[in-house]
Amino acid sequence: MIPAAFDYVRAGSAAEAISLIGEHGEDAKFLAGGMSLLPLMKLRLATPSVLIDVGRVRDLSYVRDEGDHIAIGALTRHRDLETSALLGEECGLLRAVAAQVGDNQVRHRGTIGGSVAHGDPASDLPAALLALDATFVLQGPSGTRSVPAGEFFRGFLETAMTPDELLTEIQVHKRGTATFAYEKFNRRAQDWAIVGAVAARVNGGTHVALVNMGSTPLRATAVETALAQGASPADAAREAAAGTEPPADLNASPEFRAHLAQVLVRRALEAI
Amino acid sequence: MKIGMSVNGSAQDHDVEDRTLLVQYLREACGLTGTKIGCDTSSCGACTVLVDGESVKSCTMLAAQADQAAITTIEGLANGDEWHPVQTAFHENHGLQCGYCTAGMVLATVSLLDEIPNPTEREVRLGLEGNLCRCTGYHNIVKSVLAAAETMQGAK
Repeated sequence: MIPAAFDYVRAGSAAEAISLIGEHGEDAKFLAGGMSLLPLMKLRLATPSVLIDVGRVRDLSYVRDEGDHIAIGALTRHRDLETSALLGEECGLLRAVAAQVGDNQVRHRGTIGGSVAHGDPASDLPAALLALDATFVLQGPSGTRSVPAGEFFRGFLETAMTPDELLTEIQVHKRGTATFAYEKFNRRAQDWAIVGAVAARVNGGTHVALVNMGSTPLRATAVETALAQGASPADAAREAAAGTEPPADLNASPEFRAHLAQVLVRRALEAI
Repeated sequence: MKIGMSVNGSAQDHDVEDRTLLVQYLREACGLTGTKIGCDTSSCGACTVLVDGESVKSCTMLAAQADQAAITTIEGLANGDEWHPVQTAFHENHGLQCGYCTAGMVLATVSLLDEIPNPTEREVRLGLEGNLCRCTGYHNIVKSVLAAAETMQGAK
């Protein structure tokens, strides 16, 4: 399968990428690692007329200690997240979840920013970042702005980014040795999660997020509320599918997904 | 567009369409058909090659993204007539049946052993999760990888 024809241009910096997308208009797309975009293009589900490759903007690849938070460059590859000693010390959940994305080959190419900007509800990292109350830094023609993860994911493959904005940085609070768990259910090792559940102890409370239980990654607010009111993990987990509209596909019906969410949330809560 | 890369140590410069995938570039422009196309959806790993030493699925990477990189395909792994230890281990441990997945398995293994030189069996199985063998010959593939690790450790 070969993608529909497009023009390939390479950006040397974030500023150049933004100016190029302004020049080429709405049919242009940024290309980072390409692990999500290229398969869509090969299936002709996406047919951008211009691809602006930001993959070589190496100054957007870093994991940095910024005092009160950890800053992660949008073009940091999953491989670099899963081997980051700093993330291991300060935000172990992110490191552990990055290690479960796709397979080795995918993690060698795929980037955290690409995963977030793509906004796929079946992706691992967006749900983890939602549970961690991360902040996304977007750079556009008129400057930068920060969007909290909770306001970022708007619909299926739809985010708060405008077409001329580039995600440049992901910021997460330092979580030290906070306990966390990620339960991912799939049929083959490397597959997307049929359903996934993230649980993390954050500031004395428990945050729970769901993978592939709707058109966006979701916080399981009913579970979080039940836990805050003193419910046991097993009782709180029964609320896992509350308010969700899980998709139906070849792998699972909405009912099966609702069942999986309850089981996986219970396991994640019991593990932390 | 004009693209140039080092493939198995030789310069390969070709003028190709922008949408050319790395696997097409290797097979059609460079004439190196050792790299196989299996699922063509980045699931099976048959098309795995090394880009700057790391395993990558060449069906899901544009040739343009590999411009100026150093690529290793199965044709470039041996040192003249001397097989790479991973190739020898697959041969000795019957780590292949029909052989279609083998080029990808071998290159994924080279990358894996570079990152984890002395893996456990579980680490081998996880490390090769992106490579499918439809003969289901996984048992001997895992055995081959562990044997290769031992040989390579011993050589150090």
